[in-house]
Amino acid sequence: MSEKIKEYPGHRIKTADLRAGLVPLIRYKPEAKFAFSAGAAMSRFLEELKNGRILASVCKKCGRIMVPPRTFCEICFKPVDDYTYVKDTGKINTYSVSFIAADASRVKEPTIVAVIELDGASPGMGILHKIGEIDWKEVKFGMRVKAVWKPPEQREGAITDIKYFKPLKEGEE
Amino acid sequence: MEMFGKRRVAVIGAGMTLFRRNLKETGKELCWEAAKMALDQAGLELKDIEAVVMGTAPDAFDGVHMKGEYLADGAGARKKPYMRVFVGGGTGVFTPIAGWWHVASGMFDTCLVVAEEKMSSCFPHPAYAFHTIFDPIMARPLGVTLIWIFALEMHRYMHVHGIKKEQIARVAVKNKQNALDHPCAQLPQKITVEDVLNSEVLCWPVQRLDISPTSDGAAVAVLAAEHVAKQLTDNPVWIDGVGWCIDSTYWTNRDLYYPKYVECAARMAYKMAGIKNPPKEIDVAEVYDPFDYKELHHMEGLMLCRKGEAPRLTEEGVTQRDGDLPINPSGGLLGVGNPIAAAGMMKVCEIFWQLRGEAGKRQVKKDARTGLAQAWGDLMQYGSVIIMRS
Repeated sequence: MSEKIKEYPGHRIKTADLRAGLVPLIRYKPEAKFAFSAGAAMSRFLEELKNGRILASVCKKCGRIMVPPRTFCEICFKPVDDYTYVKDTGKINTYSVSFIAADASRVKEPTIVAVIELDGASPGMGILHKIGEIDWKEVKFGMRVKAVWKPPEQREGAITDIKYFKPLKEGEE
Repeated sequence: MEMFGKRRVAVIGAGMTLFRRNLKETGKELCWEAAKMALDQAGLELKDIEAVVMGTAPDAFDGVHMKGEYLADGAGARKKPYMRVFVGGGTGVFTPIAGWWHVASGMFDTCLVVAEEKMSSCFPHPAYAFHTIFDPIMARPLGVTLIWIFALEMHRYMHVHGIKKEQIARVAVKNKQNALDHPCAQLPQKITVEDVLNSEVLCWPVQRLDISPTSDGAAVAVLAAEHVAKQLTDNPVWIDGVGWCIDSTYWTNRDLYYPKYVECAARMAYKMAGIKNPPKEIDVAEVYDPFDYKELHHMEGLMLCRKGEAPRLTEEGVTQRDGDLPINPSGGLLGVGNPIAAAGMMKVCEIFWQLRGEAGKRQVKKDARTGLAQAWGDLMQYGSVIIMRS
């Protein structure tokens, strides 16, 4: 906005007109459906979730143990050298408490979400997941947590085979 | 001064529409209005424009796939070399960077740079249009939303430096107040820190007044090579540095407390512009503020202050319009509005007007000769930076 310009274009639609349906509204549900390839590393990762194990990949050049696993190291730009398992315990790197759903509508029970650094992975290697069995006001940075798995017969090879992570009490592993 | 480009490039005109939720105008019409204004200010007609660069964010907002083509007529691109660039929220500042290389390379003498967004087409809320940006295996099954991930970043930043919400809220207070002097602003407001802290919690620590709104709008600049610019105006504003950078998409594998990729983009731009000491040499900056904490986060990434120091500078009034380092004198995305690509472009327009001394009530107190505009986007991984001089 230059002071040399006196008027700026644009007209706002009145809320009443929107509510009265005077603005063309096209309701459209795309028929497009997607079958995502998980890729070699993530397919193994999902298979191993059914077994209650978390797969990581290893790059011997940079020394990183990476979660989620990948077929190539994006830093060294070479194939990873090996796969290994990391523990289903870890610590909270950062967290948030969500009172909204994906469409921005409000939810009654908040969801606690966190980046969890898993034990056995390189420092700072976290995954996104939920935190449960704790009041959201009690969650702390650095808190030790452990995965709560679905019963084996209910697992389907998805990240949701882990229901959430729950806090570990002192001395618990 | 080290010049990477073959030719020096100037901004010689800028224009923008009102930023509002639910504008009657179509995306094409918004582009046309802002483009006409910018051309008028530059003293040019469409026939004088040799190439057009369009910047606009996800197709899902407007609900029109291949939005670049949809908007082409409004951008004045008919029968001209034309391209669309898209780097998420970083698009608004990356678009003039793309325009810069069109001209700096010697391929074109003039380039129209158009940025548009029409977010209010998407019902019930444009937040939902973001669902498909997330990893389909690791993130989407958890019901991830965009505000989740920014809340995670904000909280990490607060934790590492011991920053309080009261300190961050001051950014929202300042920017909404600055926007009172912006004729296009959507959310100009006089609010207090308490208002921010008492506003609805969406995704702790993010509250209602920490966030910029859903907006429609367009912003446009005219770029010209040095010999053309000098014929047309006594007050060209030069683009002396550009930088851009992306970090890994594995965002849960990075420490979110510091935007290293913004630093990389800034270093590239500073080197090109010959800037050695950013806090001393940058007179005014428009940094990307879709959330209040992002202004602080980005001041640090841009090396305008030390890590963790931005909240204190804000408290001391350094970043006010009459301060030593005015940040977002326009009112930013928090105050003027956030039509994604157009919002970043608005920042470039603001620096243009500030450096020309045309910003009226928004004019910063100090004699501003060097300005910076920055945008940020994708999965908290992209930085775009532009340095301008009068």
